[in-house]
Amino acid sequence: MSAASFKTAREIRDAVAAGEVSAVEVCRVSLDRINALDGSLSAFLSVAAERALDRARTIDQDKHHGPLAGVPIAIKDNISTRGIPTTAGSRILKNYVPPYDATVITRLEAAGAVILGKTNCDEFAMGSSTENSAFGPSRNPWDTSRIPGGSSGGSAVAVAAGMTPIGLGSDTGGSIRLPASLCGVVGLKPTYGRVSRYGLIAFASSLDCIGSLTRTAHDAALALSVLAGPDPRDSTASGQPVSDYMGGLSGDIRGLRLGVPRKMLEHGVDDSVRGCFYAALEILRARGAGIIDIELPHAPYAISTYYVVATAEASSNLARFDGVRYGYRAEGSHDLRSMYEKTRSEGFGAEVKRRIMLGTYVLSAGYYEAYYLKAQKVRTLVRRDYEQAFQTVDAVAMPTSPTPAFKIGERVEDPLQLYLVDVFTVSANLAGLPAVSVPCGLTTEHLPIGLQMTGKPFDEATLLRIADSYERDTNWWKECPAI
Amino acid sequence: MPERLTRADVERIAALARLELTDAEKDLFVRQLAGVLEYADEIQAVETSGVPPTSQVLSSQQADRDDTPVPSLSTAEALANAPDRSPQTGLFRVPRVIG
Repeated sequence: MSAASFKTAREIRDAVAAGEVSAVEVCRVSLDRINALDGSLSAFLSVAAERALDRARTIDQDKHHGPLAGVPIAIKDNISTRGIPTTAGSRILKNYVPPYDATVITRLEAAGAVILGKTNCDEFAMGSSTENSAFGPSRNPWDTSRIPGGSSGGSAVAVAAGMTPIGLGSDTGGSIRLPASLCGVVGLKPTYGRVSRYGLIAFASSLDCIGSLTRTAHDAALALSVLAGPDPRDSTASGQPVSDYMGGLSGDIRGLRLGVPRKMLEHGVDDSVRGCFYAALEILRARGAGIIDIELPHAPYAISTYYVVATAEASSNLARFDGVRYGYRAEGSHDLRSMYEKTRSEGFGAEVKRRIMLGTYVLSAGYYEAYYLKAQKVRTLVRRDYEQAFQTVDAVAMPTSPTPAFKIGERVEDPLQLYLVDVFTVSANLAGLPAVSVPCGLTTEHLPIGLQMTGKPFDEATLLRIADSYERDTNWWKECPAI
Repeated sequence: MPERLTRADVERIAALARLELTDAEKDLFVRQLAGVLEYADEIQAVETSGVPPTSQVLSSQQADRDDTPVPSLSTAEALANAPDRSPQTGLFRVPRVIG
């Protein structure tokens, strides 16, 4: 294992700015690591090596001193990159090359980041394991027979395996936090609207967020400080002032109150997860945080609510894939309707079809009120639970995943079982709240476990302060898989 | 509580969603979607009278801008990913629509 591979974004940026290492050298280390490991891990769907080296040369020549100068970054393949194929893990976009960059790409490059390539994900970000990628699953670097979590699995693997210090992901129901937890890295889903989604291939527009996978809370703060802010191209990108995320990492959490919905941990949670979670709370308590029992009475309904709302929105968003303007078109149709049907049937995978069907059903005449409208009302109650909790606490602590990483293929036959993996993550999306997952332990089989904290709207700073404070008294974030 | 999903429902929904399903897919989806819907039916038990629906979580914000043209994609760029196109006329080409 090369120690250089596990440098943080901050260390790389400082070394590049000080002239101790060139951006090109950093880029080569990353590319070598990808070459050496990605045959067995499948983190990347495409690697833009020449483009990355050109970019690194420019940074060296210009003596770029941006906040991410020379930092290699892996981008989830549902985020548009001009000139680099962007498939969203789907056959229907197999040859699609976006003619424009997502706003997050423009922001990262302006900050000096070097984009190395595009990472594997569940098709259209629909999944919790990356097994729904049309191009095969990514593998967990801690145990390659296991899933890395999803849907941003490739970006989590890239960071966990030391290929890049930052990966970009998207999170609609846990798709950043879950793979972060299962791969032993930090995953931050910002508040809904904190980061522009212009150029993100839409899954469920009232839930989708772009965020980061990193090795440390500090790097998450660094990434967010570059990504956050308004965007005239995304009317949902908020004009709320952007906090000084790095300046807030004081290590001091004395007096902060953390709410714990203990009832949610009573059933369906692996003992190893429960053990690590409660041990993590003790560390936070020792650093001065108050641990307070809370109730989220509607949390048991969050998964049902989520799968109704998310699939309804997806069925509408994915109507655009019709074989006309971009992407795959089926051969041999002589009229428009059969061209649409053949194209979509051949282009979409099983899970995407399942969700389009479910979403179309819950929006259809006779079912709209019983499912979609009902779910929107329950969503209000889920939000109110958090508003109530935040009257007395500063953040809510839960595990990120009820179990460590499971085996590839173990749950493909039963979609409902796979949906239940999201039990701790979906409510943050329904309520639009920021949430972070940080490594908080390893099982006896050496599989990572994550601690999740959910915060008030636009209060990422507090979450990052708690996460950073926790890292100061623990070494879990330093653990690396033996690959 | 809505009644159980049938094969006819699956065929009707597939037509609405412009999906052409094989017989095997129809059988699978009748079973799997019925399972998910049965689980989702737990929300029917939640008391929601007087509760407004949440369609999005942002507080309202001004998203208007002045109505002035800004640069956009060229026709060639917009057509570049199309599976069938006519660069001369700048159009996407599709199978015959009217008999």
